[in-house]
Amino acid sequence: MTFDLDTRLAGPLADPAGEAGHTDAPPRMGFFTDTSVCIGCKACEVACKEWNAVPAASTGEQSTGPGDLSGMSYDNTVGLGGSTWRHVAFVEQTGPPPVDLGMPSVPQGADEGDREMRWLMASDVCKHCTHAACLDVCPTGSLFRTEFGTVVVQEDICNGCGYCVPACPYGVIDIRPEDGRAWKCTLCYDRLGAGQEPACAKACPTDSIQYGPLDELRATAATRLADLHDRGMEKAQLYGHDANDGVGGDGAFFLLLDRPEVYGLPPDPIVTTRDLPEMWKHAALTAAGVVVAVAAAFIGGRR
Amino acid sequence: MAECHPVGFQWVMEAKKRGATIIHVDPRFTRTSAVADVHVPLRAGSDIAFLGGLIRHVLDNDLWFRDYVIAYTNAPMILREDFRDTEDLDGLFSGFHEDTRHYDPSSWQYEGADVAAAAGQRDQWSTMTADEQIGSRGEKARRASDTDRGEQAGSGGSPFHGTPERDDTLQHPRCVFQVLKRHFARYTPDKVADICGISEAQFLQVADALTSNSGRERTSAFVYAVGWTHHTVGVQYIRSAAILQLLLGNIGRPGGGIMALRGHASIQGSTDIPTLFNILPGYLPMPHAHEHLDLESYISADAGTKGYWGNMDAYAISLLKSWWGDAATAETGYCFDYLPRLTSGHSNYDTVLKQVEGGSEGYFVVGENPAVGTANAKMNRMGLANLKWLVVRDLQMIESATFWQNSPEIESGELRTRDIGTEVFFLPAAAHTEKDGSFTNTQRMLQWHHKAVDPAGDQRSELWFYYHLGRIIRDKLAGSTDPRDRPLLDLTWDYPTTTSPGRPDIAEPDAEAVLAEINGTGPDGPLSSYTELKADGSTRCGCWIYCGAYADGTNQPARRKPGSEQSWVAPEWGWAWPANRRILYNRASADPDGKPWSDRKAYVWWDSEHERWTGHDVPDFQPTKSPTYRPAADAQREDAIGGNEAFIMQADGRAWLHVPAGLTDGPLPAHYEPAESPVPNMLYGQQANPARQVYPHRLNRLSPSGREPGAEIFPYVFTTYRLTEHHTAGGMSRWLPYLSELQPEFFCEVSPALAAERALTHLGWATIITPRGVIEARVLVTERMRPIRVGGRTLHQIGLPYHWGANGLSTGDSANELLPITLDPNVHIQPTKAASCDIRPGRRPTGAARNALVAEYQRRAGITDETGTTAVTGHPGDSRSNGKAGS
Amino acid sequence: MSRREKLAVPPATVEPAPDFDSYYGRPILKQPTWKVPDVPLYLFSGGLAGASAVLAELAAATGRPALSRVARFGAAGGALAGTGLLIHDLGRPTRFLHMLRVIKPTSPLSIGTWILSPFSALSLAAAASTLTGIAPVLGRVAGVGAAALGGPMTTYTAVLLTNTAIPAWHDAHREMPIVFAGSALAAAGGLAMVGSPTGENTPAVRLGILGAAVELTAAAVLRRRLGFIGEHYHTGRAGAWMRGARALSAAGILGGLLGHRVRGMSAAAGAALLAGSVATRFGVFEAGRASAADPRDVIVPQRARLAARADNSTPLASTPPSSTPPASTPPASPPLAAAPPAS
Repeated sequence: MTFDLDTRLAGPLADPAGEAGHTDAPPRMGFFTDTSVCIGCKACEVACKEWNAVPAASTGEQSTGPGDLSGMSYDNTVGLGGSTWRHVAFVEQTGPPPVDLGMPSVPQGADEGDREMRWLMASDVCKHCTHAACLDVCPTGSLFRTEFGTVVVQEDICNGCGYCVPACPYGVIDIRPEDGRAWKCTLCYDRLGAGQEPACAKACPTDSIQYGPLDELRATAATRLADLHDRGMEKAQLYGHDANDGVGGDGAFFLLLDRPEVYGLPPDPIVTTRDLPEMWKHAALTAAGVVVAVAAAFIGGRR
Repeated sequence: MAECHPVGFQWVMEAKKRGATIIHVDPRFTRTSAVADVHVPLRAGSDIAFLGGLIRHVLDNDLWFRDYVIAYTNAPMILREDFRDTEDLDGLFSGFHEDTRHYDPSSWQYEGADVAAAAGQRDQWSTMTADEQIGSRGEKARRASDTDRGEQAGSGGSPFHGTPERDDTLQHPRCVFQVLKRHFARYTPDKVADICGISEAQFLQVADALTSNSGRERTSAFVYAVGWTHHTVGVQYIRSAAILQLLLGNIGRPGGGIMALRGHASIQGSTDIPTLFNILPGYLPMPHAHEHLDLESYISADAGTKGYWGNMDAYAISLLKSWWGDAATAETGYCFDYLPRLTSGHSNYDTVLKQVEGGSEGYFVVGENPAVGTANAKMNRMGLANLKWLVVRDLQMIESATFWQNSPEIESGELRTRDIGTEVFFLPAAAHTEKDGSFTNTQRMLQWHHKAVDPAGDQRSELWFYYHLGRIIRDKLAGSTDPRDRPLLDLTWDYPTTTSPGRPDIAEPDAEAVLAEINGTGPDGPLSSYTELKADGSTRCGCWIYCGAYADGTNQPARRKPGSEQSWVAPEWGWAWPANRRILYNRASADPDGKPWSDRKAYVWWDSEHERWTGHDVPDFQPTKSPTYRPAADAQREDAIGGNEAFIMQADGRAWLHVPAGLTDGPLPAHYEPAESPVPNMLYGQQANPARQVYPHRLNRLSPSGREPGAEIFPYVFTTYRLTEHHTAGGMSRWLPYLSELQPEFFCEVSPALAAERALTHLGWATIITPRGVIEARVLVTERMRPIRVGGRTLHQIGLPYHWGANGLSTGDSANELLPITLDPNVHIQPTKAASCDIRPGRRPTGAARNALVAEYQRRAGITDETGTTAVTGHPGDSRSNGKAGS
Repeated sequence: MSRREKLAVPPATVEPAPDFDSYYGRPILKQPTWKVPDVPLYLFSGGLAGASAVLAELAAATGRPALSRVARFGAAGGALAGTGLLIHDLGRPTRFLHMLRVIKPTSPLSIGTWILSPFSALSLAAAASTLTGIAPVLGRVAGVGAAALGGPMTTYTAVLLTNTAIPAWHDAHREMPIVFAGSALAAAGGLAMVGSPTGENTPAVRLGILGAAVELTAAAVLRRRLGFIGEHYHTGRAGAWMRGARALSAAGILGGLLGHRVRGMSAAAGAALLAGSVATRFGVFEAGRASAADPRDVIVPQRARLAARADNSTPLASTPPSSTPPASTPPASPPLAAAPPAS
């Protein structure tokens, strides 16, 4: 059983839906978010809320909530949460001062101290991991793997135990305080069932958010990455596309223009349940040790 | 564009993916800059210097498209001998009258073309005698003469008679090409860099990218929004771009053009079928009260002249027939007398001024929020508080409906609710999703939208409101014999109404019936093209350029054939005026012989085998007129256009590098500083646009500019703009939680250097002051704002998104408190993009102290009502005498 | 420094450490939504109950009725409290029974619930029988059953915490069961010291001292092995709890060694051990919260892991993602680094 459990908890997995018991499942569907064409319009955030009837974030949530200017560039929703299932990050970067080329300094024109400026924008979302910790640790079965290979919370089952919240290596899922249950992106499960693309992808004007069969998206992403590398954007990289990574690859993966952590993403996440068999082993041994220890306390002196 | 038109920006990203170079020229580093290949952070208000530099670069380096320019522009036309350029007059053109602040354009004309005769027929300022104008002293009179002189022309510019002289070798010293060369000679790269606050390298980078992507094989497009129009020289900004694009051969060709991004959905539609005071549908000029006593004189200026404007009689009479139906007959002059007449300027701001002075009783505010959304918001509110009645139709309870209760003037004690006599009627409006209708986008394309849900509660569509308002008024007047009621009683006002199952109580007029009326009908039913319009009263058409939108009795704008199922021009998606033509003047995509300039850029061409124009789009030319056609000397209307003349709406068949008539502030663009600028004009002695409209008033004071004493009190430039997350003055966004949380409150953007200079802290408060008002904003210190070097000194710019007011979920002061009312003389638009201010840390004073702070600043800067209103500030030599001599 | 005092848009790094970037210093992980004191007390009561159940049956088997009695009450009380706290902590308490829809080995909370529920029933039955004297045989059987679940009761909560993404918990998954087991033994021993006469309390005292010693030692090993992440157990609120836990446990050990023959001293020492166990649970919980809030805990080790993988030409379990540039390769163009704070 242990070996079986091991392969089910980490590593590449060709067919998560089949593994979850779906027969004749459609191909695994997912998102490819190409941040190199994101213009930070936040249409994804709004479309998501409109379609899924997600409330505006409240002050009790882990984002700052309405009425509070975050000061984090144009990002005022701050992060994914129970009421923010798409989140656009804004990163302002300035390069080092320009190298003095020995040109005579001119009194007019741009300030001498001008530095190269870059404004990165990226729409973040639930990764719909191949090995989803939230799903693994959910004690009620509320979180489940759909036939599309996505991970969805059933709101009529969730009892708000909150275990999924610290289990997620990306910090995605959260409890909505006024509601008590856990919420996150469903990849618009209801739209998928009707043959439609998720609301965010539909609303995205520049096709930064692309939806489709994961295999096709991975091929598209590889082409796009090569294209960007050809154009000299060496730092461009894919994130979450690799089935060999710590979560078995993401159902929602990204093309980033800088390191993942710059966007608030963990650089190399590992699903916690990969280590669960070992944890159970330790716990069982220790539990036995407890009985031994108590017994030992009774050995020797009569009273 | 990414900020304010994210949906349209998808095509820019698409172009970028295909290898296009995206250049973003904007004072601010925006979401557009973030994905552009090049960002040029030029100083707010310096665009003509930048574009002028590019024009000079193109001319001096011989990078212009010779064959195109000679054939299709007025470069070879020879100007009159008495024309004087800004080169001669230190920033003025010949013909300026300092006392009336206007130009007499007669010296700008072509040699050999008799413009004066036509001008007398056409309704424009010059029909007032100079004596009338000079004799009209006093503020009101001065304003009146200021504002009515731009209204003379429809969309084709002024007509003229005669045959201009020209030199196709472009060597004649007075030909437009040579004038242009001299005019822009001083716009050198180093000057451009100095004025715009950019580096020469940046300028040359743009120049190279633009010129290497223009010509026979390649085209470049310009896209602008109110960053260009909202200046006292806004029209000349666009003119500069037009000159550049014409020199590069980028007009009328695929991938070229100048695209105006409109500020709202269907703003294009609201100029086509105007909500403006000075034009009628289809850009027909509005008649003036002092002239045009009858239809004949109204249309005689155009009818029969060269080009399609020569058919203005057919357009105007069909319009009158559409409005007054059977009552409009030849005997009644087609009810021309029913049309209202202009008595002076009736622009938005003229109306506000009139309200403040007590000359206006009632006001409709529909889909606008002037209390916070219009320049000099205070003056707007003072006007609203001085009415008898006010109707506000909006989606939300906007500030313009609650000014009597919670405006800054109530807070400061300047106004008291009980003293305000304005009776406010707030009528909730239906959103576009709650009604049928069309949007006309910037491509002149009409797209139909169908109602998705019934309006809730008391919300009603505009169509419902105006139809039933008209119906009730007509019911009340029924039986009246008073002649003044005839225009209302004779109106064709018979739209069918329908009800939806969800709202049986709403008798909604059929929007498609309105489209059918606009399209027009002839003896055989719906018309299919404006060429079918007649001047004999046999056709009706509500807007000639929209004729064909309901061809065959079919709602053409409702067509939604996917792009993948039709040609790349996608003619079956929606419907574009005129005649479903997607690119205007597309005859210019072929050479004078009718052959495409290149295979790569082929668009329409002459098919000599079939003796027809053909191509990917509907040719903007008479379909069977051969390129070899040459008009007879007495030819009229479209027949006067030669087979090699691409600009068929123009009276000379050519695109204008130099504008001989139709503009009020010069035939060529010249760099002037904004009306308020801490920077002196480095190109001319003339500081600001001499013909700009000014409104000297206690509530509308201007700061000193340039080297004037007191200018240093307002040392910073501020620019106002929108954010993606909100819409204009907030009526459609600040009440919505999903949008409000994205930008929860008003803020200003400053550079770290300015923050250090003025002790502003990130997320702290700042107080921003101009001679009009004082506001407070949370501070966003960001590297996206950069100090620039202008004229050897550092200049700081402050960014102010303008969406906010006191109501709704996302609140804050309104940036419009700071802006002045001083206008572009052609289109009466306010400058929202560049003005001067001061900024200091902390929150603004409240109560009476708020006005006191503004007064203190005015005192320190020595500001009076007249400050900043002087027309001529340079040393233009003999310009004044020259101007008078010309008149 | 509060956010308002900062001069500029906070740069996208917290500090210009080499190889460390973050998004405005924002945490990558979500804070656990588990409430305080509910969950630390739940951890404590579960441990107390589990160890007490074992103690109770061995005491009964070795003829220590008073000790057995108090331990049975401890087991039942702990189980009752634990269950109550668990239910109270739910976002939707009325849906507690949804926990019993499934049995999921991948969910320590599911397994824990399936341990806790029968344990609670059995330990309550045993305690009820003890209290009322009714059906002593059945009570005994129930007690043995509870004791059989007692060991797992003391350690499943450790897995509950360590099977999360929070580095200060997850990375401690080897030591955490031992810390929790020690803490449980100390609590059970402590309670028995408080509640049993000196004549029968020798096993309790031994247990308490042993448990506290294990708890202290394992916690020290945990802290050290976690490296910089272990600092969350030293600092802030967690540090205070852990210091208190050490002081109380040490006092309990000392009191137990010196005063186990004196009823008052023994009771006081027992109370100290109980309190020490409580403090440990709070300390561990708070350390996890602090770790979740600190992006460095996530980024620095993961970045190091990537660098190591990139340096190693022989990848461990998998090929490195092609997207990750080798950290040692100098970028071809001047890198765009985040701006230093303008202040």
